[in-house]
Amino acid sequence: MIELKNISRAFQGQAILENLDLTINTGESMVIIGRSGCGKSVTLKHIMGLLHPDKGKVLIDGRDITSLNEKDLNKMRMNFGMLFQGAALFDSLSVLENVGFQLFEYTDMSLEDIKKRVAECLGRVGLKGVENKKPAQLSGGMKKRVGLARAICMFPKVILFDEPTTGVDPIMGDVIDELIRHLHETLKITSVTVTHDMKSAYKIADRIAMLYDKKIVAIGTPDEIKNSDNPIVKQFVTGSAEGPITDNDENGELRSKDNSSHSHIKNLKIEL
Amino acid sequence: MYKKILTRSILGPFNYAKKSVREFFMYIGGLAVLLVQTIFWIFVPRMRKIQLLDQMSKVGVSSFPIVFLISIFTGIVLALQSAYQMQKVSAEMYIASLVSLSITRELGPVLTALIVAGRCGAAMTAELGTMKVTEQVEALETLSANPVQYLVVPRFIALLIMLPLLTICADFFGIVGGYIIGVSKLNIAHGMYLKMSFDPLALKDILTGIIKSISFAIIICTISCFEGLNSAGGAEGVGRATTSSVVRSFILIIIADCFFTALFYFIFAK
Repeated sequence: MIELKNISRAFQGQAILENLDLTINTGESMVIIGRSGCGKSVTLKHIMGLLHPDKGKVLIDGRDITSLNEKDLNKMRMNFGMLFQGAALFDSLSVLENVGFQLFEYTDMSLEDIKKRVAECLGRVGLKGVENKKPAQLSGGMKKRVGLARAICMFPKVILFDEPTTGVDPIMGDVIDELIRHLHETLKITSVTVTHDMKSAYKIADRIAMLYDKKIVAIGTPDEIKNSDNPIVKQFVTGSAEGPITDNDENGELRSKDNSSHSHIKNLKIEL
Repeated sequence: MYKKILTRSILGPFNYAKKSVREFFMYIGGLAVLLVQTIFWIFVPRMRKIQLLDQMSKVGVSSFPIVFLISIFTGIVLALQSAYQMQKVSAEMYIASLVSLSITRELGPVLTALIVAGRCGAAMTAELGTMKVTEQVEALETLSANPVQYLVVPRFIALLIMLPLLTICADFFGIVGGYIIGVSKLNIAHGMYLKMSFDPLALKDILTGIIKSISFAIIICTISCFEGLNSAGGAEGVGRATTSSVVRSFILIIIADCFFTALFYFIFAK
């Protein structure tokens, strides 16, 4: 079980998360939705221990990872896999070396065995015969799938997906969604996905949590979220331009922009 | 209102100076932390031989042609320039000593370090910076690998080995450059030129150059990797980090050269 307790995190004085609480059950597929820049990826990086909270705890099976030393954190990460938004494949390594990175680094497996395991993982994500290619020779969708193969290579207990369908065409997006769901069901892993693609969220999720204004404002099954009465959730899932989210934006950013543009016009008049 | 403006205009330069001093010490602190981490990870198994050989090839083998060209031409120019003055007092034979001493003690190590900082240091910053902004460094961490051990250590060891070797090559080709001019244009006898080149040359002259080049290797690697691993803001940020890495490496190389020259002068003067 993954528990985020009272997490607060700020960057250069600007708060991104404030007293965020979220519990993800073992074997569950949790999807975190929210607008771009609301702190979804930051939340995910806290679960992986890539970022440390200013306040609060991240508990993995009851163990607080914020107080772990690097050695224990790395040991914990062996049970985790992560798919990055841009796949984050190592440019200088081939697909074989990328997918089998941890096998080469931390196991005594022979090259033949590693090749077999890598081929098996690539097969799971629908790729064949790309082992000797470099990431630069792959398309965006293929890179994501190789990233996914790398994430599952050590048979992790938890996989984190950061915007898995962003930057790929709708068909490839659906293929990736199917893959994530299939991997979740066959490997019985806990998965946490961050996305703002609602079609993808409904397909992947057991539960959906909405992150807004630095905290989780709603949590529920896909149906509960789809039929939510919460005006913030409603506006987000319907993708409407009118509603409390944009109203709040206008009260803040847009209004200040308007003021500055008015003053600019005033200045222009004076100059004329 | 006026009081506020007055206070701001008086305190402004002080606040700016305070911020600059703080940033300077944070930068130096960051470099020191990275250097300590790198030295720590050198002694933690496992050594990545393929990556080390790859870096040694990038730093040493690929830099050799330019080091060869620059050092041989520096030797030629040094011999020609000194010939102007030496011929006036009929002391052409001392050109050989002048070239060999100035190349081994000063120009060989410094020029080689500047070439490697511009060529390999910039490439290191750009490579690590691109890895940072494309989340590859974070991906390394998620795969339980330490970025310093995996990325910095092979580059550090490669520079520590290859920069002194390149410096020895630069010393040799610099002396060859001087020899070409001395023998072919200034009509100094072959045997006399060699004798005048190597007689005044003591082991300490070569050793001081090697010690300098080791310190330059540490400077180049630490600054290049630090700038790369701390770059942010996409392609623009990587470009800024690369420029900053080369400029700061050049400045620190010259400062370190000045420091070591003074140090060796006082040590060996006794």
